[in-house]
Amino acid sequence: MNLVRFILQNHTEVVDQTLEHLWLVGLSIAFAVLIGVPLGILIAQRPKLNKPVLASANIIQTIPSLALFGFLLPVPWLGERSDRLAILALTLYALLPIIRNTYTGIRGVDAAVVEAGRGMGLTESQLLFQVELPLSLSVILSGVRVAVVISVGLATIAAFIGAGGLGEFIFRGVAMVDDTVILAGAIPAAILALLADLGVGWLERRLRAQ
Amino acid sequence: MPADTASPVIEFMDVSYRVDGTQVLSGLSLQVARGETLVLLGRSGSGKTTTLKLVNRLVTPTSGEIRVEGVSNAQTDVIRLRRRIGYVIQDVGLFPHFTVERNIGLVPKIEGWADERIRARIQELMQLVGLAPELALRYPRQLSGGQRQRVGVARALAADPEILLMDEPFGALDPLTRDELQREFLALQVRLHKTVVFVTHDLREALRLGTRIALMEAGKLVTVLAPQEFLKSSDPWASAYVRAFGNGPEPSGNRGTS
Repeated sequence: MNLVRFILQNHTEVVDQTLEHLWLVGLSIAFAVLIGVPLGILIAQRPKLNKPVLASANIIQTIPSLALFGFLLPVPWLGERSDRLAILALTLYALLPIIRNTYTGIRGVDAAVVEAGRGMGLTESQLLFQVELPLSLSVILSGVRVAVVISVGLATIAAFIGAGGLGEFIFRGVAMVDDTVILAGAIPAAILALLADLGVGWLERRLRAQ
Repeated sequence: MPADTASPVIEFMDVSYRVDGTQVLSGLSLQVARGETLVLLGRSGSGKTTTLKLVNRLVTPTSGEIRVEGVSNAQTDVIRLRRRIGYVIQDVGLFPHFTVERNIGLVPKIEGWADERIRARIQELMQLVGLAPELALRYPRQLSGGQRQRVGVARALAADPEILLMDEPFGALDPLTRDELQREFLALQVRLHKTVVFVTHDLREALRLGTRIALMEAGKLVTVLAPQEFLKSSDPWASAYVRAFGNGPEPSGNRGTS
């Protein structure tokens, strides 16, 4: 009940931090999709690039997030504003599932369908936009879904470098040794992750049903 | 388009194809005349599918030349070339996310036909291949194997190509449906007179549908014979085929009459 009282008393800040959190996640997922989907398409079409690209994305994934935030802090333009930095780091972490699923999705399209399309005289871009991408959309979206859920969790750590978001409460709570404050950040973050998961899942089903 | 009936529509001139150290085709020379159904007969790996794909340049030869309507394939725009050639494959390759009508109307659509004309063409084609109009809005997974293959044929005919390439189109069908589709193919050919290259490993199908049969073995063209000649041929490969099919095959005397 302490928690409810805390949240009610600080509701403007909880709402602000939730919005900040959403903004960090939303923007980084948007960047990750803009970079990751084309990269996934590229490595699906040029198998030679597959290993280096996936390996790089994998390596990024293995860097502990706190360390990555720390490393990026002294970088000139980025370090000036912690939210830029947080968005960059979150984008990097979201890349792997999006690249990997785009690649898997496109490679998974029935070879007979692709060949029929090519044989009928579709150009490579018609083949991509009318056949390969629509048919791999649900696989790509499930990659985005994983990326969103990871990002919502990771974004709490962005508060460590002062980028805001629900992590603010968590770090403050840890410093104050106050569970209530920690939960005021952790519970909305968990709910956000859940809602995002459901939301993208819903979109995925809608598109698959078509 | 020059409608010169004397000159071959498709011409293979000493074509070889090598990939990853394997000689898939060697020294293939062959001509396909206007309006005929040339059957490429051979077992798996004999190079018949590769030969077919050379025509619409899904495969580019290592050496030699392929001419379609007198123009070398190496010099044509590959997209234009493919849109002038209908292509039907065994796995059909219908677009699973498109309805029957979108599948059939795809080439006309990317060719920029007006919607009205596309709709009329789709109706015409569905009737031609024996598909009930109410199937137009179904998706491929809601169709039977025979219906899917009919859609495949209709799709290949959509932009009224002069040439039709068919790669074991009836191979995966049950015997009754296959018989039905073969009969319809013959009836269709009587009306349309397309130049068809038809790949099969089924001698019976070759005898029934082919104007001429080109027998292939290990990447080489063994012989080209009319169906009646094929049965009497003394060529060791041809007679091996005839023996393998036992005393079953009927000569294709019924061609065009069914």
